[in-house]
Amino acid sequence: MTQSPPEVAPKKKGVPLWAQVLVWVGVTALFAVVALGLRRTQQGTVQVGDTAPDFTLAAFPGYEYNGASQLKLSDLKGKLVVVNFWASWCKPCEQEAADLEEAWHVYQPEGDVVFLGVDYVDTEPEALGYLEKFNITFPNGADLGTRISQAFRIKGVPETYFIDRDGVIQHIQVGPFQSLAQIQSVVDSLKAK
Amino acid sequence: MKKLFLLFPFVLVLSALWAGAAFAQDPTPSDDDVNRVAKQLFCPVCENTPLDVCPTQACAQWRALIREKLAAGWTEAQIKQYFVDQYGARVLSEPPRTGLNWLVYLVPPILFIVGVIILIRTFKPSKGPAGAEASPASVDETPIPPAAGSDEYVARMEDELKKRK
Repeated sequence: MTQSPPEVAPKKKGVPLWAQVLVWVGVTALFAVVALGLRRTQQGTVQVGDTAPDFTLAAFPGYEYNGASQLKLSDLKGKLVVVNFWASWCKPCEQEAADLEEAWHVYQPEGDVVFLGVDYVDTEPEALGYLEKFNITFPNGADLGTRISQAFRIKGVPETYFIDRDGVIQHIQVGPFQSLAQIQSVVDSLKAK
Repeated sequence: MKKLFLLFPFVLVLSALWAGAAFAQDPTPSDDDVNRVAKQLFCPVCENTPLDVCPTQACAQWRALIREKLAAGWTEAQIKQYFVDQYGARVLSEPPRTGLNWLVYLVPPILFIVGVIILIRTFKPSKGPAGAEASPASVDETPIPPAAGSDEYVARMEDELKKRK
């Protein structure tokens, strides 16, 4: 029985270091991006107790606040602000439209509560038609570039945020209000603080 | 005069063609015209559904707006820019080639190329140690004697195997 000499294992040429580093950096970056995205989607809306993200709302013609077509939330410090996200294509928004307008009429004379309507992903003619249909008179504007809704991380419409005099979110209503009394109970409790 | 008479049918045909072309420009854009623009857009409400096939009311409103803009003589680029201004760049099916968006266009091909290079390097047949392939000189080499007791070991193994059969 003959035996061949033991084979010397061929020296395998490995993947160069620069390629390994590149691959690991790429994979890590990819995971970081995915993780950030997941974290953002699972974060939900801004929470009660958070400072409301500042924004500037471009008001629709005829829906300005004290004649100002650009409404900055931080300019309203010292007032209670009710930010309502809505859209003309949103059926549940129609349920609460009249109640919101009525509530606005209740608090407008005192001047310490401001209602702001933020129109989400809508077309201007349809939005103006909706405002006219429900006789809305409180300040309203389009969420240009969906920047405001992204800052609040809204999950849908309607959503309403009650912001206190210090700019802190005190109550969040997801979905439509059922009655004027429901809106008033929230506003009155915040006014009493 | 005769020349003018001969020219008349020619002018008539040309006029008819011109009129036909004018009538072909329908002031109301067709669904195809609208969908040509719509399929390049995504409504933020219905993620992952192109605007041309999205069944929601919001998307129907957007398509109506595209129709209006086309009827008003807006170009495709102008309409897309309008939607970007109104709703942000995320409505575009193709992200604009600016800033961090470049990653979307650069990372996949770079990763693909790196992957191909790694695969090629991994599966490339290695040449092995120099002179490993049987060379005439190796024939003359003195074979290494078998390890002591290896024959005995093989015999025992064969016995064991026979027993197991």
